[in-house]
Amino acid sequence: MSQDMIWLFSGLAIFLSVASLIGKTLQLRSARAYRKAGQAVVDNPVLENLVARINAWWVMIGVLGIAFYFGQLGVTILFFFISFYALREFLTLVPTRNSDYPALFAAFYFALPMQYFLIGISWYSLWVIFIPVYLFLLLPILSSLGGDTARFLERTSKVQWGLMIAVYCVSAIPALLLLDIKGFEGRNLLLIAWLILVVQLSDVLQYVCGKLFGKTKIAPTLSPSKTVEGFVGGIALSMLVGAALYTMTPFQPWQAALFALLVNLLGFAGGIVMSAIKRDCGVKDWGNMIEGHGGMFDRIDSVCFAAPVFFHLVRYWWT
Amino acid sequence: MRFFIKCLARLVSWLIITAAKLVTGAKALGHVPNVETKAKARVYFANHTSHGDFVLLWAALNPKLRSSVRPVAGADYWQSSKIRRFIIHQVFNGVLIARGSKNKSEQSEPVNPLQPMLDALSQGDSLILFPEGTRNLAEPTPDHATFSASQANNTPLLPFKAGLFHLLQQHPQVECVPVWIANINRVMPKGRSLPLPLLCTVNFGEPILYDGDEDKAAFLARAQRALLAQAPGEAQ
Repeated sequence: MSQDMIWLFSGLAIFLSVASLIGKTLQLRSARAYRKAGQAVVDNPVLENLVARINAWWVMIGVLGIAFYFGQLGVTILFFFISFYALREFLTLVPTRNSDYPALFAAFYFALPMQYFLIGISWYSLWVIFIPVYLFLLLPILSSLGGDTARFLERTSKVQWGLMIAVYCVSAIPALLLLDIKGFEGRNLLLIAWLILVVQLSDVLQYVCGKLFGKTKIAPTLSPSKTVEGFVGGIALSMLVGAALYTMTPFQPWQAALFALLVNLLGFAGGIVMSAIKRDCGVKDWGNMIEGHGGMFDRIDSVCFAAPVFFHLVRYWWT
Repeated sequence: MRFFIKCLARLVSWLIITAAKLVTGAKALGHVPNVETKAKARVYFANHTSHGDFVLLWAALNPKLRSSVRPVAGADYWQSSKIRRFIIHQVFNGVLIARGSKNKSEQSEPVNPLQPMLDALSQGDSLILFPEGTRNLAEPTPDHATFSASQANNTPLLPFKAGLFHLLQQHPQVECVPVWIANINRVMPKGRSLPLPLLCTVNFGEPILYDGDEDKAAFLARAQRALLAQAPGEAQ
């Protein structure tokens, strides 16, 4: 692990320790207030969820730390598994029929490993079109084998969409390792860390700002918990942090700020879109894998939308 | 030799549970039975859409409960080979019952087909039972207005067989726990051998009791409603 990485993870550990401390203090204060009023102590659901989220962050940062320690291979394997869990949540939630079995089989056992294999061997010109072109054509062929025409277009679209969002978009993150950026050799892991940090921090800060100052709902039908105050505060603050951490990137501070703004806006839109899909399927969370957060997709929806655009812009201008 | 068989059974059971959890998640939700229920004989009754059903339910249980919760299975299938006999007896500690009409003609004197289950309950063991009797292979219909999340099914449950009712008449103290197993029919559709790694949930409901003077139809209807109430989303 490089010196920068050690600094980064130490910084995150300090940040999380402060968060854990705040969570614990709030819990104790809430309990004391109940006792003062002579009432039985009742758990505050928002507070309990906050503490669960912070604890889950410790685990997630730990897993990221281990992956980063093992470098390129570690990060690629980590994102392979993230894609797998996300794809599984997605395809569990959207209904398919028995004759979609060959297409689903190809999605899990062929497309997913192949995409990461292509990234592993740095075959850019194939991985970048593998799912959007080849799987796009292969999946409906496989689905048609069963001879079942019921909801055919809807069914094939679902499998294709799941692969695009959970595998193709997520795989753009480890693909950042393949970019040859002049004057930034051997530091691409830091760029990944910067991207994840900025997008996730914007999610966290939107949540915090929303809980503290949130009044006006920004998309009441799609995502009732998101507010204008949280959106503005979270994105502005996270943009500042992104600019301040420009040394982790090949960018100038103003470029880092603009990139941070872009990925945050995309991340926000991603959260809204994925929330619309959840509501369409009649659920609140994608799963129950990560305590307090919901499923894998509840955590990575914003990264999914930010990563591919970020990858291609960096590739276009910096390589 | 006996020790060796025991070790092998342990290993196979661990492999089956690990595989079931890896592939499907086998997440237990709702009123998940805790260790304290071990003392009580219970009947877990579930919807039946796949051969993997009872494995999933069994894997979702607390490890301390598993040894005394015994799946009810068809003797004709499980007696037919040495490996199957080993798995059903040593690994699952299953209760085998004679199915179908061909056995009836072979037997000289009529034997109550429920007898093995009654014996198990008398011993204080619990049972895993699929009162539909056979797998429900219905698919969501295409004209369904909302072809949505939870396998919208026109017939989410087939009519219950009477066995559950007869068991409870003899053992009215036994608690009946409705368990809805969601999604397993998509993990391994009929005729496919390799499972898809889709998530399955095992939803445990609150136990129901036979109230003593209900007739068969009323009790079975109540049990069916209790089970349907555990189905997520559309099937309710």
